[in-house]
Amino acid sequence: MAILPPPPSVSKNPFSSSALTPSRTSTIFDSKVKSREIEHSHLSLFTGFYMSSGLKLKAARKSVGLTKELKTDKMETKVGTANECDLFDEMKHRFLSFKHQKYMEDFEHYQNLANGQAPKFMVIACADSRVCPSNILGFQPGEAFVVRNVANMVPPCETGPSETNAALEFAVNSIKVENILVIGHSCCGGIRALMSMQDEEDSSFIRSWVLVGKNARLNTKAAASNLNFDHQCRHCEKESVNCSLKNLLTYPWIKEKVIKGILSLHGGYYNFVDCTFEKWTLDYEGSHWEESDKFAVKNRSFWS
Amino acid sequence: MAHHNQPSKGFIPRFKNLLRDEERGEEEGCKDPAVERIVDGFIHFKTCVFDKNPEIFGPLAEAQHPKFLVFACSDSRVSPSHVLNFHLGEAFMARNIANLVPAFNQLRYSDVGAIIEYAVGNLKVENILVMGHSRCGGIERLMSLPQDGSTTYDFVDDWVKVALPAKIKVKSEYGNLSAEEQNAKCEREAVNLSLSNLLTYPYVRSGLENKTLALRGGHYDFVEGKFELWEFKAVVTPPINIPPIDI
Repeated sequence: MAILPPPPSVSKNPFSSSALTPSRTSTIFDSKVKSREIEHSHLSLFTGFYMSSGLKLKAARKSVGLTKELKTDKMETKVGTANECDLFDEMKHRFLSFKHQKYMEDFEHYQNLANGQAPKFMVIACADSRVCPSNILGFQPGEAFVVRNVANMVPPCETGPSETNAALEFAVNSIKVENILVIGHSCCGGIRALMSMQDEEDSSFIRSWVLVGKNARLNTKAAASNLNFDHQCRHCEKESVNCSLKNLLTYPWIKEKVIKGILSLHGGYYNFVDCTFEKWTLDYEGSHWEESDKFAVKNRSFWS
Repeated sequence: MAHHNQPSKGFIPRFKNLLRDEERGEEEGCKDPAVERIVDGFIHFKTCVFDKNPEIFGPLAEAQHPKFLVFACSDSRVSPSHVLNFHLGEAFMARNIANLVPAFNQLRYSDVGAIIEYAVGNLKVENILVMGHSRCGGIERLMSLPQDGSTTYDFVDDWVKVALPAKIKVKSEYGNLSAEEQNAKCEREAVNLSLSNLLTYPYVRSGLENKTLALRGGHYDFVEGKFELWEFKAVVTPPINIPPIDI
């Protein structure tokens, strides 16, 4: 274990090395032998959620300690600032589990991936902790280029450069993905903030950002004003996905590829209350763009 | 250098029959392998994970209480759910090119600002982890941006410039290293830059002062199979009083 040096003080030049020296660096095991030794002593603490089916549930129940704050003799480390050593240990164990159960088991595949990625999907999902596409749709390393932001929104081209459209440009023009999937979800806090926004509110980041979805809010108010607020939010969650799909077409290099048929745009909706997934594909050729701003949809399916 | 991806181990053909029985409104002839891949993934999750753990997913549907906010790269190879085994409900996760956090700027960067505001202000996460990785395309692009200001990628180039101070530092301190080694240095410097940019958000700052929030940096090396983890601390010492001089 590294001995902690005294913490650095903040100096006027934030980028001088004395001000920002990380207070502790632990390189976590760079040899197979070392990692195996540690792994044996700690594997019982942390096994992955999604490994062999026999271990899955056991691991799940122990791991629940983090989300439900159960206190067991090993999981009493409430992950937080008070138990720094436990937090580091935990990260270490998780990484070693990944290294052993996945990385070393499939070493050649990971070495190939290290040389370059060629994912077929770009996924835009919400940052919500409950909707990670790797978990719910089982994307493995190398399969999906993922962007996650509040309320899984795609701003239109005219708003200028941003975090999300930089990722779009990289995925479409550099990596050349073949599919873009925008996934909305139930009980989305960002959509709720959008729907409950009042004009005279103080500005905040959340407010500035979710305004990207203002068309979704307008459409929802027009189409679903008779529903209660929760149902309106549900409607808006899906409407926002469709608005994002339309916004994708405002990028000329995306539109061009969609027209040529080498890029498909899909919408998805994950409902984590009853665990269902709905998916649809934007049908560019079947849409009548001159007549309305709604697009046609094909290959809609619902999984439950 | 693109490589053909090998079939994923998550592919579970036998569950497809389950799905076929329950599908509604599926058009004939939709045999897109990309879609099939997603279907298999979801069925696996639902049958092996969700349905078997109602005591986890029931409460989770009501509310999330993640302890982590994680910034990771969009790179398909570095999902924190795999590398650090984050389970659903544990980490509010932001993914963007080169896992960057720009300084507070309500006009330009409301997307990242909204993530931090929601995670720290609403969800009250206790830890922020910024995770860099090896062979990061975004960092590579930053380090090889042409001097004459011409751009191939409008949006990517504009975004990666958030980490320009890290590039300047690396070029000045490690100018003698190879391009690859400089990129590796910059991957870590950019993480430290992002950590210090987090301090420009007032709720992050008060979280640190009240000791309700910890900032950590990480670097995942998928070439060597290594992970580095460090903590970022900032201390403001109590003032010393310099008494007035009587003249």
